[in-house]
Order: sequence, then C-alpha cells, then structure tokens
Amino acid sequence: MNKHVSPKMNRRAFVIGSATLGAGLAIGLDIPFGGPAVVRAADGSPEIGAWVVVRPDDTVVIRIARSEMGQGSLTGLAQLVAEELECDWTKVTTEYPTPGQSVARKRVWGDFSTGGSRGIRSSQDYVRKGGATARVMLIQAAADAWKVPVSECTAANSVITHTPSGRTTTYGKVAEAAAKLTPPAEVKLKDPKDWKLIGKGVKRLDTVDKTNGAMIYGVDVKLPGMLNAAIKDCPVFGGKLKSFDDTKIAGMKGVKKVVKVGDTAVAVVADTWWHAKTALDALPIVWDEGDNAKVSSESIAKWLAEGLNNEQPAYVGNKNGDAKAAIASAAKRVEAVYSYPYQNHATMEPMNATALYTADKCEVWCGTQNGEAAFAAVLEASGLPADKCDVHKVMPGGGFGRRGQTDYVRQAVIIAKEMPGTPVKLIWSREEDMAHGRYHPITQCKMTGAFDADNNLVALHYRLSGQSILFSLRPEALQNGMDPAAFQGVAQSGEAAFGYSVPNLLVEHAMRNPHVPPGFWRGVNVNHNAIYMECFMDELAQAAGQDPLEFRRKLMGNHPKHLAVLNAVAEKIGWTTPAPKGVYRGIAQVMGYGSYVAGAAEISVTDGNKIKVHRIVASTDPGYVVNPAQVERQIAGSFVYGLSALFYGGCTVKGGKIEQTNFDTYNSMRINEMPKVESVMVPSGGFWGGVGEPTIGVAAPAVLNAYFAATGKRIRSVPLKDQNITFA
Amino acid sequence: MANLTINGKTFTLDVEPDTPLLWAIRENAGLTGTKYGCGIAQCGACTVHIDGIASRSCGVSVSEAEGKKITTIEGLGSRDALHKVQEAWIAQDVPQCGYCQSGMIMAVAALLSEKPKPTDADIDEAITNICRCGTFQQVREAIHTIASA
Repeated sequence: MNKHVSPKMNRRAFVIGSATLGAGLAIGLDIPFGGPAVVRAADGSPEIGAWVVVRPDDTVVIRIARSEMGQGSLTGLAQLVAEELECDWTKVTTEYPTPGQSVARKRVWGDFSTGGSRGIRSSQDYVRKGGATARVMLIQAAADAWKVPVSECTAANSVITHTPSGRTTTYGKVAEAAAKLTPPAEVKLKDPKDWKLIGKGVKRLDTVDKTNGAMIYGVDVKLPGMLNAAIKDCPVFGGKLKSFDDTKIAGMKGVKKVVKVGDTAVAVVADTWWHAKTALDALPIVWDEGDNAKVSSESIAKWLAEGLNNEQPAYVGNKNGDAKAAIASAAKRVEAVYSYPYQNHATMEPMNATALYTADKCEVWCGTQNGEAAFAAVLEASGLPADKCDVHKVMPGGGFGRRGQTDYVRQAVIIAKEMPGTPVKLIWSREEDMAHGRYHPITQCKMTGAFDADNNLVALHYRLSGQSILFSLRPEALQNGMDPAAFQGVAQSGEAAFGYSVPNLLVEHAMRNPHVPPGFWRGVNVNHNAIYMECFMDELAQAAGQDPLEFRRKLMGNHPKHLAVLNAVAEKIGWTTPAPKGVYRGIAQVMGYGSYVAGAAEISVTDGNKIKVHRIVASTDPGYVVNPAQVERQIAGSFVYGLSALFYGGCTVKGGKIEQTNFDTYNSMRINEMPKVESVMVPSGGFWGGVGEPTIGVAAPAVLNAYFAATGKRIRSVPLKDQNITFA
Repeated sequence: MANLTINGKTFTLDVEPDTPLLWAIRENAGLTGTKYGCGIAQCGACTVHIDGIASRSCGVSVSEAEGKKITTIEGLGSRDALHKVQEAWIAQDVPQCGYCQSGMIMAVAALLSEKPKPTDADIDEAITNICRCGTFQQVREAIHTIASA
C-alpha cells in the first residue's frame, strides 16, 4: 500500500482482521461495543472514511486509486483531498489501495483506470467529498469530546478549534473517536474561490526516491526465491508459435524452464534475466506466421488510400449543411491528403510484471495504468476467483497509454502458473517492446475546402480513412459500428469538439483495420486529427490570401473558449509583430480531453531541411488548474512527446511485423533538440478538463505550419525523418 | 567470478566475464537504481561512472569494468549528504516518471565535475539521455541553478 516501500513490504500492508469479508481482503475491522465498524490501516491507524487515514502523530495518509506514472496526479489528487480535509500539507503521505481490496469493498475507491487524461477530472468530485467527509467527522468527534455544538468548531491545518473557548485539539488526537462516527450522508464542497491548496504549485510527493535509486519500478521488484523470464511472441501479429527446440539451450547457465505462453509465445525462465535473455536468443524457434506475413506498409497505405474515395462506405461523425453540394458548386476548391503512421509508446521501462501463483492464490506486482484491468487479467489467466487474487501497483517507468493494456500481466501469470510457489519476474527486452506495442493508429485524411467568390470558406469535407482503436480494444463502445473516438478534435460537441463554424461541414471516417494492434497512445486520435485540421486550416488561409490567425478567428466566433487560448498564444508569441530575422511562426489549436489548447512555434530552417525550434508558446484552459507547476511540466513534456513523434516517430511494417527494433531505429528527441516552452494557463472555471494529453495535438501542426512559413513547402506526412528533414 | 568495486565496496559476483555491467549491477550486486532501457547504449538510462567517467553500463562488459571504480546512483550521495545534483533535482521537482533520472543525474554529475559552469552548448553536447516524459526543460534549468550557486 505504501508507494515507497519495497513490494515485499507491500504485501498484506493492511492487517487481516476479519474473515467476514472474505479471505482475500486485507482490511482490519474493529467493531467494539456494537458500534459502527472502524476500518484500520496496517499500523492500526483508523480510516476516517475510505480516502483518509489519520495516525496519532497527525500524519494523514491519503488513498490514491489512480496510477501515478510521472504525470503528477498522485500529488494533485492528494491536494484535492487535503483542500477539503483542512489538514497540514507537510504531514500528508499517500498510498495505493489494491484492486483486490477495492473489489472486496464494493469498489469504494471507484475507477482505477488512468488514461484519457482522466486521473483528476473524473475523480475530483468524489475525492474532494472524501476529504470533506473526513473533516466533518473529525470536527464532530472534537465537538462531542468537548460537549459543545459542532457549529462552534472549525478546522485548519489539522487543528480543530472551539472558537468561543479557544480550546484546540489535533486530528491525530480525535481520529479514533472520529472513525467510530457514521459518515455524513452529504457534505458541501468549498467554493473554488476559497481554495488554498488547489491551484498551488506544491512540490510533488514522490520525488526524493526518484533521485537516489530507491524508487521501486516493476523491473526492480524482488521477492524471495524469485526467478526471471524473457519472452518472444510471434513477431507477425496474429501468427502462432509452431515449435522450439529447448534441447539446444538445456545446458545453458541458469536456465530453469522453457515455457510455451498461450498459442503465440515462448519464454525462458532462468536465475537471472540476463541468463534468460541470452538463452532465449539462442533458442531455435519456428513461427507459423500466417497470412498477415504478406502485409506491408505499402499494402496498408494502398488500402487506406482507397478509403479516401467518396464512393467507399464511411461513418459520419460530424455534419451540418450539405458539404458535397456546396463543394460541387463552389467558386474555388482546395484539396490535400495527409497521413500519420504507426508509433510505439516506447516507455522508458519496457513492459514487465512479477507473478506468484500457488494453488489458492495469485498475486502480481507491476506498473499499470489500470489496476482493475490488471486484476481482471490475473483472474482470467490464473483461473482463480477474485478473493484469491490481487495486484500490487508499483511505479511505472512511463505509461502514455501502453500500460492500460494487460498483455504483459497475462503472460507473467501464465508463466508463473507453470512454476507454482515460485515468483517469476517477466521483463520484455526493448526489442520485444518495439515488436509488440499497441501502436498509435494509422490513418490518412483527404480534406476538401470550398470558397465562395468573396473568399469565404463555405464548405469543408474531412474524410478520414484508417484504423479504429475501439474496434480492436473496446468493441462494445462502437456505436452501430462507428468509432465515436475517431472524431476526437473534430466532433460536433463534447470533450473534443471542433472549434470552427463552417456553413457546410462533413466529417467522416472510412474505417479500415489492418492487423497491427492499435492502442491509446498519449493524445490518441487528437494527435492526427489536429495535424490534419490545423495544417489544412493554414492551407485554406493561404488559398484565401489571409493571415492564418485571422482566417481562423473569423470561423471561431461561436467557440469563445477555443478562441481564447488561440488568442493567448498569439499575444504571447507576438504574432502581429515581426519575428526575429530568419525565424518563422506557426500556430494551431484544438480541443481534447475536455480542455482547450493552443500552441505557437518559432523556428528557423537551414538548407531547407534542418529545423531549429527556438521557442514554443502553449496555452491551455482546463477549467481548473490544480497544480500549476505540474501542469507546466505536462505542457513542456507534451512537446517532447509530440515533436519526437513528428520528427522520428514511425513504425513501418514489413512481412507483417514491425521493422523498428530499438531506439537506434525508433529515435526520441534529446535535450539539444528541446525548445524553450512557455506556458500560458487561462483556466476559465466551471468545468474540469485533462492536461496530460491535449497539448500534444498542437505540437506538430504549430511546427509544420512554421515550416511552411519558412520554406513555402507543405509537409503532409509524418515522420519528418522519412522526408530527410531533421532537427538542426 | 568477477570482482567489482561498486560505490567503494568490493563485490565478488558469480557472473560470466561478457555479462553487461548493467545486469551484474542490477541482478548480481542487487543495486536496482541503475535502469535498463535499451541494451544498446542509446538511451542512457543505465549510465554509471567508471573511474569518474559517465558510461553506459549496458555496453560495458564485466571484464572491462574489473579493477575500475564504479559509482552508481546509490553511491553518488547519501540520504544525509545528497549530491548537489540530487539536491537540485529535488528542489526543482525535475523527475516525472523518474525511470531515466538515475542515468540523467549520473550524466549531469559527470558533466559538472568536468565543467562546473556548463553553457547550453556544453549541456547539449554532453547530455544525450532519452527522457520520454520530457523533463529536458527542468533538467537544463536545474543544471544552470547548480552552476550559478
């Protein structure tokens, strides 16, 4: 439960105090004198509601259900609870409840899923209520002890004061009594104007151990008697494992067992991972690659290009007026085709999980973005019921959407099941990680814009062709076959709404699903939709002979929040004043994950193909900013992720498999390529948007539009390395 | 068997001479602060100091490291006396997921011991570690803060 202790100590961090809730539940229940139950943490300290534990020394332990993976929401969520709790922030620590504990307590901690920039925005309401509930109970306990009306008592900084008498006590002193009270049915949350901690750029709670080697990531998990496993899955997606000759590696040092993992993979288990990997590399394996071995990037591109043809079927995601008719009768038409490739998440820490299986128990230690999905994978792979399984979350070395999937968890359990009683740590090599990603979906887009005789944009046809993530990963979320998420950033309404008003609009998606498995890749469908739309907006502005900013503004009258962030970056970068000599500007905006974002870039280009990004200005309106220091880091980091994707990020397919094998063929930007990022936060309040992902969408189009300003050349496909364009 | 001097301590480890130093450090010496990222000396997550020089331990064999002074992130400072890079990293909240930061900190510490007041160009040349979270802006600011102290 405690994020900083070793996983060994993590096990059974709650005291097993009662059999009444099932053997797998590690929560202590204390029911003295028939009163309400007191739930206790491992050290005996009482829970004040499910979200808060208060220790006698006034330390406040805040439960965090969502996963920290670098984005800082562990700290932000703690701020939300602490704001309402009125506790001493310097005495706050955090812990993860396990999914098994949550399920046993009827999901008291809600959703564990940490994707879609939802960590804070989807839990802010109930975690703040969790803090407020605990505060009310603590104050009530003090008032009861003093025999005074609760209305005469207040709390601040973990101290409760009886105002008329001036008497004080602390949270730690009344925690035991508070824990016995019945939680209030309803609590009132603070008005945002009264927030003291929310909105403050307090330091992260998890930094120290990340600077001295003490932080335990999945690859660092150590259990007594643990063995290590390396794995190879059929490199052609959909192919199978035909055979392997384990006699060839039987005598190799440290090798304990060779395990067939499902129908598609083989793993070597050894004393050390290096021995396991070395033996696996020497193991003769025969794959049954199947028909997918015929698929290549070229064949996929051809199939997607066919989907751009209006005669082919497509789902309509956004529509007003009659775009096709308006285009047919227009005074002027502009058309362009763009494309976006497969990309690997390339988390710094390759996928891994440690599993311990016995006849009546299966536990897994891993970094995951979705503890409950990992838990479900453990149940399925082990065949054991929920009260005999659990997942212990440890720090992931990056997630970016990849660790929302549970393929690596399932593999670890299957391997451990072959060695009951022995913990096995499965680590993917970087090569395996590159070969078995859940890739950014591949798409192409044909856009047609039409003008009247006065250069007014009268129609826009946005025709997307390519892969659906939901089709592959969440088919139940399709709507009569349509993937609503495919329209992120160009949707009619909702959390990723289109920011322009065009009299005749048609946005459609010809769904084509190649065999390469897609995944939610930080920013997801916003990424390519923002490039297509924002680069094409620049093309339309050029065709109309207008300034790109002014052209956009004219279409944004009905979209004041989109416009506000665009104006904020334009002002900050000095759009209306000349750029330094040799420096050119580009601008872009999009809405995603409930937030409005815009970006502007200043670049210079030498020899026509070497880009230096001098400066980035980025603006965001996420409604509320919980921790501006962390939001700033998410914005800057989004440009690293987004520009790495633009310059280097391309996974190509040959013989049905991914060609890139490591960072030498799938590069990522370094510090010398990093521009200075200036962020402008313009939270307008009244809604909660995400911050981890939306900004990525504007990184590439801002730079591509600046590249056109500098060179007069339009770049319509990613990555730039394939067009011989590099960082200077 | 190999004798390695890591953080001032001698380890006698049951490893083959061609084992990458990274895995001897992590699995045999049990010091897991040094991270595996690529195995081909591209990402820098496994950076340690060998005789004071920042080195990617996945590309160095145990036999090459024998007889040399190896320092890992665990030996850079202590909890009571942090290295100035660790102090700056904490003060400026540099890490995000933190996985690359052991290597990043070791690379920066080596740079600063060679050039106590590095220019942006010095930083660009010496620090080539990959960080997928994108902490580069904070890394650069923290280096300059140390240099101007």
